[in-house]
Amino acid sequence: MTRPVYSRLLRAGLVLGAFTLCFGVVAGARAQTELLNVSYDPTRELYREINAAFIAEWNAKHPDKKIATIRQSHGGSGAQARTVIDGLNADVVTLALAGDIDAVAERSKKLPLDWQKRLPHNSSPYTSTIVFLVRKGNPKAIKDWGDLVKPGVQIITPNPKTSGGARWNYLAAWAYAEKAFNKDEGKVRDYIAKLLANVPVLDTGARGATTTFTQRGIGDVFLSWENEAFLALKEFGADKFDIVVPSLSILAEPPVALVDGNVDAKKTREQAQAYLEFLYTPKGQAIIAKNFYRPRNPEAADAKDIANFPKVELVTIDDVFGSWKKAQPTHFGDGGTFDQLYKPAR
Amino acid sequence: MSDAILPSAVTATPARSPSRARGESPAVQVVLIAVSLAFLLLFLLLPLVTVFIEAAAKGWEAYRAAITEPDALAAIRLTLLVAAIAVPFNIVVGIAAAWAVAKFEFRGKNLLISLIDLPFSVSPVISGLVFVLLFGAQGYFGPWLQANDLKIVFALPGLILATVFVTFPFVARELIPHMQSLGSSDDEAALTLGASPWRVFFCVTLPNVKWSLFYGVLLCNARAMGEFGAVAVVSGKIRGLTNTMPLHIEILYNEYMGAAAFAVASLLAGLALVTLVLKTLLEWRYGDAIAASRRH
Repeated sequence: MTRPVYSRLLRAGLVLGAFTLCFGVVAGARAQTELLNVSYDPTRELYREINAAFIAEWNAKHPDKKIATIRQSHGGSGAQARTVIDGLNADVVTLALAGDIDAVAERSKKLPLDWQKRLPHNSSPYTSTIVFLVRKGNPKAIKDWGDLVKPGVQIITPNPKTSGGARWNYLAAWAYAEKAFNKDEGKVRDYIAKLLANVPVLDTGARGATTTFTQRGIGDVFLSWENEAFLALKEFGADKFDIVVPSLSILAEPPVALVDGNVDAKKTREQAQAYLEFLYTPKGQAIIAKNFYRPRNPEAADAKDIANFPKVELVTIDDVFGSWKKAQPTHFGDGGTFDQLYKPAR
Repeated sequence: MSDAILPSAVTATPARSPSRARGESPAVQVVLIAVSLAFLLLFLLLPLVTVFIEAAAKGWEAYRAAITEPDALAAIRLTLLVAAIAVPFNIVVGIAAAWAVAKFEFRGKNLLISLIDLPFSVSPVISGLVFVLLFGAQGYFGPWLQANDLKIVFALPGLILATVFVTFPFVARELIPHMQSLGSSDDEAALTLGASPWRVFFCVTLPNVKWSLFYGVLLCNARAMGEFGAVAVVSGKIRGLTNTMPLHIEILYNEYMGAAAFAVASLLAGLALVTLVLKTLLEWRYGDAIAASRRH
């Protein structure tokens, strides 16, 4: 009869299911010295190299407290902050801007509100800025921010609601406009509205926007992290794109922070702290420069890497906007200037 | 009786070609076939072929490296593990639900049927978000879960929950119409002959619907392995830990590793193709049995 076959199959299935479930839960709960770095989009290549170097150095010095691996999670900076708030077990967050880590501190209460004072240089071991990536030969003759609002120029930038890079883009454009129009608020808003009207699509993260521009071939100019622009040149060859450095840009300080609540629960504070401090060491700074981020300590880096960085007038967020705590609600909060000025494509 | 009538009805119109029988001109027939074939080639076969061509673009060594890299292996293992748990779960619950709907009359039955369809009508993103809202650190059960050191979202249980949710209807949806069309006369006959309820279930009910069940399981499995939206929300995207194959593919693509992304994609597509071939083989081998037991 068929009965034994079916019931045996069913029983086998149930046992298998139960077994895998138990196995999965146990494997998930097993304690290991593993760090989780929740980061933003363009740092993938940077942290791959940093992690390998740090693990080698740490394990050589602390054979009794070895780190097995450092896990990475990448996405739009705002979206990543959201997942940490929702419970992603990050030991450290390395996001695109202080505002996102502020959000984690306020909502999850897993790190103190004054976290940014805990490490040197506003907790930013590297800086970057915003540049333009254009198609080879610059067919639309884009030289500066003023050229972006010409009719027929398609601009690629991610969504400032979810992407940290996009917020830097937006504020850099705003800072330029304030200077160009002598702080005439009406003209500044008019400029930003025109700029946004030239954006055909808002990706959620910087990397998605890079792919839109480089691989899908959409747009004339890509407002990009400097490091992301260099990486695109490296990946696709310098014969496809040109980097255009505008007359003025913004000093972007992507900060890093320990998530106290998580490291204490996981008992990884010592390793996580050392991991963040490693970023400031000469070795860390050299890797940072090699991956096209501007190191805080240029002497530590290879002079060849430093020569890559163009000279550009950089304004800081504190100069123009006061601070992230002020800029964030004014420009990117619900009903902020971005919401007022952005009209999605008709 | 009907056997005696049918052949004569057929022989009464011996010379008619199938197309004429339906009253359509051959031109219409040709156009229809050409349009559907062109559509299939252009929108289904071409993208599939592209996946394999792109995967092979950098040669066999690169392909092998892409699918044996630790993060890729972890993603493959995780995808199989999630499917291995979600699919049996949905089989058991799907059979129970289909049984309840098909064999019994009770209040709220229509509501139950609508509920079974819910995952089909809800966007996968929402399916994922509800679990974050329930089990996330800021969610309803978040504080309790944290106090007891239990992890659901951004860990394996969350991935399984989301997958179970989106793939639940496949088995039940296949079984319900079939079980309804069969009615309960076979089961009642077995019962009156003295079989125990379990015996009726395993020897009569289950064998009767085995093809629908199998078909439902294949679809359920294909979706469980391929699900992206719901899983992306609850995964946390930790490489080597909570990245399933579809998520891993996106990550590779975003890291300018196109060939590697397509290599893993081809593996996933391969799994889907195996499912398809299996289904076709079964239909070819047991076509009559399936046709006899399936109404739709």
